[in-house]
Amino acid sequence: MTRVTMTVNGRQMSAETEGRTLLSSYLRDLLGLTGTHVGCDTSQCGACVVLVDGKAVKSCTAFAGDLEGAEVTTVEGMANPDGSLGRIQQAFQDYHGLQCGFCTPGMVMSTAALLAENPTPTEEEVRHYLEGNICRCTGYQNIVRAVMAASGQDAGALAAE
Amino acid sequence: MPKDDGIGASTKRREDVRFLTGNGKYTDDINLRGQAHVHFLRSDVAHGRIRGIDTSAAEAMDGVLKVFTSADFESAGGLPCGWQVTDRFGQVMQEPKHPILAEGKVRHVGDPICAVVAETYEQARDAAEAIEVDIEELEPVIDMKSALADGAPKVHDDLTSNLCYDWGFVEDNKDAVNAAFETAAHVVSLELTNNRLVANPMEPRVAVGDYDPWGDSHTLYTTSQNPHVIRLLMGAFVLNIPEHKLRVVAPDVGGGFGSKIFHYAEEAFCTYAAKVLKRPVKWTSSRSEAFISDAHGRDHRTKIELALDADHNFTALRTETYANMGAYLSTFAPSIPTWLHGTLMAGNYRTPLIYVNVKAVFTNTVPVDAYRGAGRPEATFQIERLVDKAARELGVDPVELRRQNFITADQFPYQTPVAVVYDTGNYHATMDKMLELADYAGFEERRAESAKRGKLRGFGIAHYIEACGIAPSNLVGQLGARAGLYESASVRVNATGSISVYTGSHSHGQGHETTFAQVVADMIGVDASSIEIHHGDTSNTPMGMGTYGSRSLAVGGSAIVKATNKIIDKAKKIAAHLLEAAPEDIELKDGKFSVAGTDKSVDWSGVTLAAYVPHNYPLEELEPGLEETAFYDPSNFTYPSGAYGCEIELDPETGKIDILRFIAADDFGNIVNPMIVEGQVHGGLVQGIGQALMENCVYDDQGQLLSGSFMDYTMPRADDVRGFTVDHSCITPCTHNPLGVKGCGEAGAIGSPPAVVNAAIDALHRAGHTHVTHIDMPLTPARVWAAING
Repeated sequence: MTRVTMTVNGRQMSAETEGRTLLSSYLRDLLGLTGTHVGCDTSQCGACVVLVDGKAVKSCTAFAGDLEGAEVTTVEGMANPDGSLGRIQQAFQDYHGLQCGFCTPGMVMSTAALLAENPTPTEEEVRHYLEGNICRCTGYQNIVRAVMAASGQDAGALAAE
Repeated sequence: MPKDDGIGASTKRREDVRFLTGNGKYTDDINLRGQAHVHFLRSDVAHGRIRGIDTSAAEAMDGVLKVFTSADFESAGGLPCGWQVTDRFGQVMQEPKHPILAEGKVRHVGDPICAVVAETYEQARDAAEAIEVDIEELEPVIDMKSALADGAPKVHDDLTSNLCYDWGFVEDNKDAVNAAFETAAHVVSLELTNNRLVANPMEPRVAVGDYDPWGDSHTLYTTSQNPHVIRLLMGAFVLNIPEHKLRVVAPDVGGGFGSKIFHYAEEAFCTYAAKVLKRPVKWTSSRSEAFISDAHGRDHRTKIELALDADHNFTALRTETYANMGAYLSTFAPSIPTWLHGTLMAGNYRTPLIYVNVKAVFTNTVPVDAYRGAGRPEATFQIERLVDKAARELGVDPVELRRQNFITADQFPYQTPVAVVYDTGNYHATMDKMLELADYAGFEERRAESAKRGKLRGFGIAHYIEACGIAPSNLVGQLGARAGLYESASVRVNATGSISVYTGSHSHGQGHETTFAQVVADMIGVDASSIEIHHGDTSNTPMGMGTYGSRSLAVGGSAIVKATNKIIDKAKKIAAHLLEAAPEDIELKDGKFSVAGTDKSVDWSGVTLAAYVPHNYPLEELEPGLEETAFYDPSNFTYPSGAYGCEIELDPETGKIDILRFIAADDFGNIVNPMIVEGQVHGGLVQGIGQALMENCVYDDQGQLLSGSFMDYTMPRADDVRGFTVDHSCITPCTHNPLGVKGCGEAGAIGSPPAVVNAAIDALHRAGHTHVTHIDMPLTPARVWAAING
């Protein structure tokens, strides 16, 4: 067992890990941050996406032991300091970009990474970027609207073709 | 009434706040003190006889608490089936035992053989690898028709064959139907497959069993759409635990789509093992396990024929369907290809004579049960593909052929020849609305533009009907259901006027916490924020049947209305006492009770406080308190319907299909929250389009699942589908429930597959590839290319 320390959502946290402990398990099972979800075992669904040093990472593909000292942001760290919904979260609520909520943490974190790279993406760019996040409920249209709105663009104008 | 949270408002969902901040409480987020973990060792062969199991090495490994086999479940029952179908000869279906852990034989890849419980999940999984299972491999039956051949290996040795039932509906019509075909001017036929699918809600299934030895009571936390049904089935039929000693909790559930209706072995296992080990036992499915242990959907092979007269009126319809049951009967499996399918074979049309034959078949595959739409997508797909083919063969417009044969608005209520009575609908209106929104008139111009780029543009139409609001209990009882299908609600008004509603429905993405509060807020005239909706816990909600079949608002919502009306009736009596007036003179408006024609009034909280602090109260006539329970049993199904239009571009070089626009014009009756309805349709559309273009559950001839992960089973992603226009302005309210609602959860998945396939065939025909009359789903580039070049 090895003690691994990371800065998670701005706070230093640490836990004893095995060599095979995944970042997703480190967050969920050892730190109790259950906002990050695991929806598959082949790194396809993206429900577990978190930011590691600012980059979107599928936390089911990273070993906790490789991330000593990393800065990690999870969905629990996305609200405003006063506890109200952050900009991306608010857009998802406003545009009904979630139903069961299970893929939502990954969608929110991927959106954060997208908008950090590309503050005003086109619809095509949004859809392409979110390819690694599967949602079974929404059909994606309202997720794309939410991302467009979160980037300050007109969310109503999704092209028919 | 605050305009933003009553009936008809697109109120933002209150549940979103916890989901968006990582504070949802899903079953896998529950960890109990002292919890142990189970890993199931599952069969990696489709069919085999278990000669021996050696668990000794596994049991000696670090952290292992116990290895369970079927021998540990000798006193337990099998997983029950909730619906008994009677065949066309009057015999009940063949119903094999479905053990918790395999007894003697394994019958599909994924069939659980042993369960290892250890301190940690990793230890359980490691130990499972040390179990030696000696299996004599047997020849499997995978293909349905082969399974029915003489001398085919039997999935269940104690059954007479692999035929579960041979169902005919309406059997008395069979001769008349056949006679109509003899005299028909035209007969159109089609053989098609409704491809096998995996529901794949994003949250895999989870179960946590807990046992309190001091109270001899059990708690099961599980990813279920219907916790009371699980409590009843598991308690009464599997583990012999009376309801008052068994609590089932389904907290936040990450999608279901039908696959979380059923009672699964893992739920019974965790409940039972927790008592044996005196520790909580938790199971979390991996996605790989989900593919081989969640019930699959669809998997029908059908021949359908339509008879028409010389004027193109439909005169008769007959079908022969093979329906895959998989290796065991899942909870509602027998009802899907029969009562949820045969009763919809009239579609939106006046076809006077219909005969449906369904042969349900056991195979060495995962059990098949309800998946979004459940029987109704299969019916719609057959009818709407066949009507389209008929139009093409007869050389008439597919829109006009449909219109000519539609049940017209003045014919409701309409008795179909397949038992059900449609209460309301207006199919011409939804068709008109769809064509208008699709700019159907401008299609030819768009097609010509595509052709310049070498692309084939096509427009596909489908018009669906579904039966929702499941279901009248006395009717389904006659049809073989072993449960009632009412819904329950308790409305508890608190002393200061806030309201706690307990519903037997379950929300796993549908937004009930928001919409149900809108309904109660609208009825009483208080702010929705003063109303809380509770669901998913058998310990605090009255016995309810849960959420599936687009029933929550139509049945569960109606129960809430009924209970709320009882509340209002009693509150008016209290108000009458306080205002010294007669109860019949009391009016409730905007949360205030007043005496008609006067300025005397008392507000909502004044009445609720009087109910609980009854100092000035008619105690001789009225009990204190303000809490009511209601059970609502629908008198009929509801019948949502709609016209779907799909415009595609097909690349003849590659066979790839791109959906350019998809128009859904639905009649859902009245709408409580338009934003949520639109979201439900979007989700359904993508599941239906996924079925039509991408998704396919594939077994090889040895019963190995080739599409067993998200790397092999093609889930639609954000850049696969776009361009939805959803309309629900065509409203013919349901006549038999108090809200006039029909349900919207499954429509998208029902109406979209035939629209997509019809569009592909349309594109090919317009380009001269008229030899292609059908392509089986999914219409992958390879299949489309082969059809063009075949």
